[in-house]
Amino acid sequence: MTVAALIERLSLETVTVADPDREVTGGYAGDLLSWVMGRASEGDAWVTIMTNINVVAVASLSDVACVVLCENVPVEEDVIATATARGVTLLRTEKPTFEMCAAIADALNGASV
Amino acid sequence: MSEETLCFHFDVDGDDFTSAGQASVQVKKLLRELGVSPEVIRRVSIAMYEGEINMVIHAGGGKADVLVDETSIVIILTDEGPGIPNIKQAMQEGYSTAPDNVRSLGFGAGMGLPNMKRYTDHMEIESAPGKGTTIKMTVEL
Ligand SMILES: Nc1ncnc2c1ncn2[C@@H]1O[C@H](COP(=O)(O)OP(=O)(O)O)[C@@H](O)[C@H]1O
Ligand SMILES: [Mg+2]
Repeated sequence: MTVAALIERLSLETVTVADPDREVTGGYAGDLLSWVMGRASEGDAWVTIMTNINVVAVASLSDVACVVLCENVPVEEDVIATATARGVTLLRTEKPTFEMCAAIADALNGASV
Repeated sequence: MSEETLCFHFDVDGDDFTSAGQASVQVKKLLRELGVSPEVIRRVSIAMYEGEINMVIHAGGGKADVLVDETSIVIILTDEGPGIPNIKQAMQEGYSTAPDNVRSLGFGAGMGLPNMKRYTDHMEIESAPGKGTTIKMTVEL
Protein backbone atom coordinates (compact mmCIF):
# COMPACT_ATOMS: atom_id res chain seq x y z
CA MET A 1 0.00 0.00 0.00
CA THR A 2 1.35 3.45 -0.88
CA VAL A 3 1.73 6.38 1.50
CA ALA A 4 -1.03 8.17 -0.45
CA ALA A 5 -3.37 5.20 -0.06
CA LEU A 6 -2.65 5.02 3.69
CA ILE A 7 -3.38 8.75 4.08
CA GLU A 8 -6.67 8.33 2.25
CA ARG A 9 -7.76 5.16 4.01
CA LEU A 10 -6.98 6.38 7.56
CA SER A 11 -7.86 10.05 6.97
CA LEU A 12 -4.40 11.17 8.08
CA GLU A 13 -3.42 14.79 8.20
CA THR A 14 -0.50 15.52 5.90
CA VAL A 15 2.09 17.63 7.68
CA THR A 16 4.63 17.18 4.89
CA VAL A 17 4.67 14.51 2.20
CA ALA A 18 7.88 13.64 0.38
CA ASP A 19 6.86 10.71 -1.78
CA PRO A 20 3.15 9.77 -1.94
CA ASP A 21 3.97 6.75 -4.12
CA ARG A 22 6.40 5.23 -1.63
CA GLU A 23 5.32 1.72 -0.62
CA VAL A 24 4.51 1.12 3.06
CA THR A 25 5.62 -2.42 3.75
CA GLY A 26 5.13 -2.68 7.51
CA GLY A 27 4.86 -0.75 10.73
CA TYR A 28 6.76 -0.03 13.93
CA ALA A 29 5.65 1.83 17.04
CA GLY A 30 7.99 3.45 19.53
CA ASP A 31 9.16 6.69 21.10
CA LEU A 32 12.66 5.67 22.12
CA LEU A 33 14.80 6.61 19.15
CA SER A 34 17.46 3.94 19.51
CA TRP A 35 14.81 1.24 19.72
CA VAL A 36 13.37 2.54 16.49
CA MET A 37 16.77 2.60 14.80
CA GLY A 38 17.50 -0.91 16.06
CA ARG A 39 14.15 -2.50 15.30
CA ALA A 40 12.19 -0.63 12.65
CA SER A 41 12.56 -1.79 9.07
CA GLU A 42 13.08 0.19 5.93
CA GLY A 43 9.65 0.96 4.44
CA ASP A 44 7.79 0.90 7.76
CA ALA A 45 5.17 3.38 8.90
CA TRP A 46 6.72 4.61 12.18
CA VAL A 47 4.06 5.45 14.75
CA THR A 48 5.15 7.78 17.55
CA ILE A 49 4.27 10.76 19.73
CA MET A 50 7.78 12.24 19.57
CA THR A 51 8.13 15.33 17.40
CA ASN A 52 11.53 16.81 18.19
CA ILE A 53 14.04 17.46 15.43
CA ASN A 54 15.89 14.19 16.04
CA VAL A 55 12.80 12.30 14.87
CA VAL A 56 13.51 13.60 11.37
CA ALA A 57 17.09 12.31 11.46
CA VAL A 58 15.98 8.92 12.77
CA ALA A 59 13.23 8.62 10.14
CA SER A 60 15.67 9.54 7.39
CA LEU A 61 18.51 7.27 8.53
CA SER A 62 16.15 4.34 9.19
CA ASP A 63 14.58 4.94 5.79
CA VAL A 64 11.00 4.48 7.03
CA ALA A 65 8.23 5.19 4.50
CA CYS A 66 6.50 7.72 6.76
CA VAL A 67 6.17 8.92 10.34
CA VAL A 68 2.66 8.83 11.83
CA LEU A 69 2.33 11.28 14.74
CA CYS A 70 -0.44 10.39 17.15
CA GLU A 71 -2.70 12.26 19.58
CA ASN A 72 -2.45 15.38 17.42
CA VAL A 73 0.94 16.24 18.91
CA PRO A 74 2.13 19.71 17.92
CA VAL A 75 5.01 19.89 15.44
CA GLU A 76 7.29 22.91 15.30
CA GLU A 77 7.88 24.75 12.05
CA ASP A 78 11.62 24.02 11.94
CA VAL A 79 10.89 20.31 12.31
CA ILE A 80 8.50 20.45 9.37
CA ALA A 81 11.03 22.43 7.33
CA THR A 82 13.82 19.96 8.07
CA ALA A 83 11.57 17.00 7.26
CA THR A 84 10.63 18.58 3.95
CA ALA A 85 14.28 19.29 3.13
CA ARG A 86 15.33 15.74 3.97
CA GLY A 87 12.49 14.02 2.15
CA VAL A 88 10.81 12.71 5.31
CA THR A 89 7.02 12.29 5.27
CA LEU A 90 5.20 13.41 8.45
CA LEU A 91 1.53 12.47 8.90
CA ARG A 92 -0.71 13.14 11.86
CA THR A 93 -3.81 11.73 13.52
CA GLU A 94 -5.89 12.49 16.62
CA LYS A 95 -5.93 8.78 17.45
CA PRO A 96 -3.71 7.36 20.18
CA THR A 97 -0.83 5.06 19.22
CA PHE A 98 -2.67 1.81 20.02
CA GLU A 99 -5.66 2.62 17.84
CA MET A 100 -3.49 3.95 15.03
CA CYS A 101 -1.36 0.81 14.97
CA ALA A 102 -4.46 -1.38 14.82
CA ALA A 103 -5.79 0.70 11.93
CA ILE A 104 -2.49 0.55 10.04
CA ALA A 105 -2.26 -3.20 10.57
CA ASP A 106 -5.81 -3.59 9.20
CA ALA A 107 -5.02 -1.43 6.22
CA LEU A 108 -1.80 -3.31 5.41
CA ASN A 109 -3.37 -6.73 5.90
CA GLY A 110 -6.40 -5.76 3.86
CA ALA A 111 -4.16 -4.58 1.06
CA SER A 112 -2.21 -7.79 0.85
CA VAL A 113 -5.12 -10.22 0.48
CA MET B 1 35.00 3.11 -7.23
CA SER B 2 38.72 3.66 -7.67
CA GLU B 3 41.63 1.90 -5.96
CA GLU B 4 42.34 4.69 -3.55
CA THR B 5 40.79 5.22 -0.14
CA LEU B 6 38.37 8.12 0.18
CA CYS B 7 38.59 9.96 3.50
CA PHE B 8 35.96 12.22 4.99
CA HIS B 9 36.36 14.20 8.19
CA PHE B 10 33.65 15.73 10.37
CA ASP B 11 33.75 17.73 13.58
CA VAL B 12 30.88 16.90 15.90
CA ASP B 13 29.76 19.90 17.92
CA GLY B 14 29.23 19.09 21.57
CA ASP B 15 26.84 21.89 22.44
CA ASP B 16 24.24 21.44 19.82
CA PHE B 17 22.08 18.46 20.51
CA THR B 18 19.46 19.44 17.96
CA SER B 19 21.87 19.48 15.04
CA ALA B 20 23.50 16.19 16.08
CA GLY B 21 23.41 13.80 13.19
CA GLN B 22 24.66 16.19 10.55
CA ALA B 23 27.78 14.13 9.91
CA SER B 24 25.71 10.94 9.49
CA VAL B 25 23.31 12.66 7.13
CA GLN B 26 26.24 13.88 5.01
CA VAL B 27 27.82 10.44 4.99
CA LYS B 28 24.53 8.98 3.85
CA LYS B 29 24.51 11.43 0.95
CA LEU B 30 28.16 10.74 0.04
CA LEU B 31 27.68 6.97 0.07
CA ARG B 32 24.61 7.29 -2.09
CA GLU B 33 26.65 9.28 -4.62
CA LEU B 34 29.30 6.56 -4.55
CA GLY B 35 26.66 4.01 -5.48
CA VAL B 36 26.78 2.04 -2.21
CA SER B 37 23.74 -0.21 -1.69
CA PRO B 38 20.82 1.21 0.34
CA GLU B 39 21.10 -1.61 2.89
CA VAL B 40 24.76 -0.83 3.61
CA ILE B 41 24.06 2.91 3.69
CA ARG B 42 21.32 2.32 6.24
CA ARG B 43 23.62 0.27 8.50
CA VAL B 44 26.52 2.71 8.24
CA SER B 45 24.46 5.81 8.81
CA ILE B 46 22.52 4.45 11.80
CA ALA B 47 25.73 3.19 13.45
CA MET B 48 27.41 6.51 12.85
CA TYR B 49 24.42 8.50 14.10
CA GLU B 50 24.37 6.54 17.36
CA GLY B 51 28.09 7.21 17.77
CA GLU B 52 27.65 10.87 16.97
CA ILE B 53 24.79 11.22 19.46
CA ASN B 54 26.92 9.50 22.11
CA MET B 55 29.76 11.96 21.58
CA VAL B 56 27.30 14.84 21.98
CA ILE B 57 25.49 13.44 25.03
CA HIS B 58 28.34 11.80 26.87
CA ALA B 59 31.59 13.40 25.70
CA GLY B 60 30.96 17.06 24.81
CA GLY B 61 31.56 16.45 21.11
CA GLY B 62 34.34 14.88 19.09
CA LYS B 63 35.30 14.03 15.56
CA ALA B 64 34.38 11.45 12.99
CA ASP B 65 36.48 10.06 10.16
CA VAL B 66 35.02 7.87 7.47
CA LEU B 67 37.26 5.87 5.15
CA VAL B 68 35.83 4.20 2.10
CA ASP B 69 37.65 1.83 -0.23
CA GLU B 70 36.60 -1.02 -2.45
CA THR B 71 36.30 -3.56 0.33
CA SER B 72 34.96 -1.68 3.34
CA ILE B 73 33.66 1.42 5.04
CA VAL B 74 35.47 2.33 8.25
CA ILE B 75 34.09 4.84 10.74
CA ILE B 76 36.40 6.17 13.45
CA LEU B 77 34.86 8.27 16.22
CA THR B 78 37.22 10.03 18.58
CA ASP B 79 36.42 12.16 21.60
CA GLU B 80 38.20 13.59 24.61
CA GLY B 81 35.30 13.10 26.97
CA PRO B 82 35.23 11.30 30.32
CA GLY B 83 35.79 7.85 28.81
CA ILE B 84 33.87 4.65 29.53
CA PRO B 85 34.95 3.01 32.80
CA ASN B 86 33.31 -0.38 32.11
CA ILE B 87 32.94 -1.14 28.42
CA LYS B 88 31.28 -4.51 28.95
CA GLN B 89 28.58 -2.90 31.06
CA ALA B 90 28.13 -0.03 28.60
CA MET B 91 27.60 -2.54 25.78
CA GLN B 92 24.60 -4.12 27.54
CA GLU B 93 21.20 -3.28 26.12
CA GLY B 94 19.45 -0.84 28.42
CA TYR B 95 22.51 0.42 30.28
CA SER B 96 22.60 4.21 30.18
CA THR B 97 23.94 7.11 32.18
CA ALA B 98 22.09 9.67 30.02
CA PRO B 99 20.52 12.59 31.93
CA ASP B 100 16.76 13.18 32.07
CA ASN B 101 16.69 16.04 29.55
CA VAL B 102 18.19 13.69 26.97
CA ARG B 103 15.72 10.94 27.83
CA SER B 104 12.81 13.27 27.33
CA LEU B 105 13.95 13.66 23.71
CA GLY B 106 13.76 9.91 23.18
CA PHE B 107 17.44 9.12 23.64
CA GLY B 108 19.15 7.39 26.54
CA ALA B 109 17.55 3.99 26.01
CA GLY B 110 20.93 2.33 26.38
CA MET B 111 20.63 0.84 22.90
CA GLY B 112 23.16 2.99 21.08
CA LEU B 113 26.31 0.92 21.49
CA PRO B 114 24.36 -2.34 20.92
CA ASN B 115 22.93 -0.86 17.70
CA MET B 116 26.42 0.16 16.57
CA LYS B 117 27.57 -3.40 17.09
CA ARG B 118 24.50 -4.89 15.43
CA TYR B 119 24.79 -2.82 12.27
CA THR B 120 28.53 -3.16 11.69
CA ASP B 121 30.76 -6.16 10.99
CA HIS B 122 33.50 -5.20 13.46
CA MET B 123 33.54 -2.76 16.32
CA GLU B 124 36.42 -1.91 18.63
CA ILE B 125 36.18 0.43 21.60
CA GLU B 126 39.24 1.97 23.18
CA SER B 127 38.41 3.97 26.26
CA ALA B 128 39.62 4.76 29.73
CA PRO B 129 38.39 7.21 32.38
CA GLY B 130 39.91 10.63 31.76
CA LYS B 131 41.39 9.55 28.41
CA GLY B 132 38.41 9.83 26.08
CA THR B 133 36.99 7.25 23.75
CA THR B 134 37.83 5.97 20.29
CA ILE B 135 35.43 3.68 18.49
CA LYS B 136 36.29 2.01 15.20
CA MET B 137 33.51 0.38 13.22
CA THR B 138 33.88 -1.50 9.95
CA VAL B 139 31.24 -2.48 7.45
CA GLU B 140 32.40 -4.87 4.72
CA LEU B 141 31.31 -4.16 1.18
N1 LIG C 1 31.62 8.55 23.73
C1 LIG C 1 31.31 8.21 25.00
N2 LIG C 1 31.96 8.80 26.05
C2 LIG C 1 31.67 8.45 27.32
N3 LIG C 1 30.73 7.55 27.66
C3 LIG C 1 30.05 6.93 26.67
C4 LIG C 1 30.29 7.24 25.29
N4 LIG C 1 29.47 6.47 24.55
C5 LIG C 1 28.76 5.73 25.41
N5 LIG C 1 29.09 6.00 26.68
C6 LIG C 1 28.55 5.35 27.91
O1 LIG C 1 27.94 4.12 27.55
C7 LIG C 1 26.56 4.13 27.93
C8 LIG C 1 25.73 3.34 26.94
O2 LIG C 1 25.73 3.99 25.65
P1 LIG C 1 24.53 3.72 24.68
O3 LIG C 1 24.37 2.26 24.49
O4 LIG C 1 24.73 4.54 23.45
O5 LIG C 1 23.27 4.23 25.48
P2 LIG C 1 22.75 5.73 25.77
O6 LIG C 1 23.53 6.67 24.90
O7 LIG C 1 21.32 5.64 25.42
O8 LIG C 1 22.99 5.99 27.22
C9 LIG C 1 26.18 5.59 28.02
O9 LIG C 1 25.08 5.83 28.85
C10 LIG C 1 27.48 6.18 28.59
O10 LIG C 1 27.58 5.95 29.99
MG1 LIG D 1 23.69 6.33 22.90
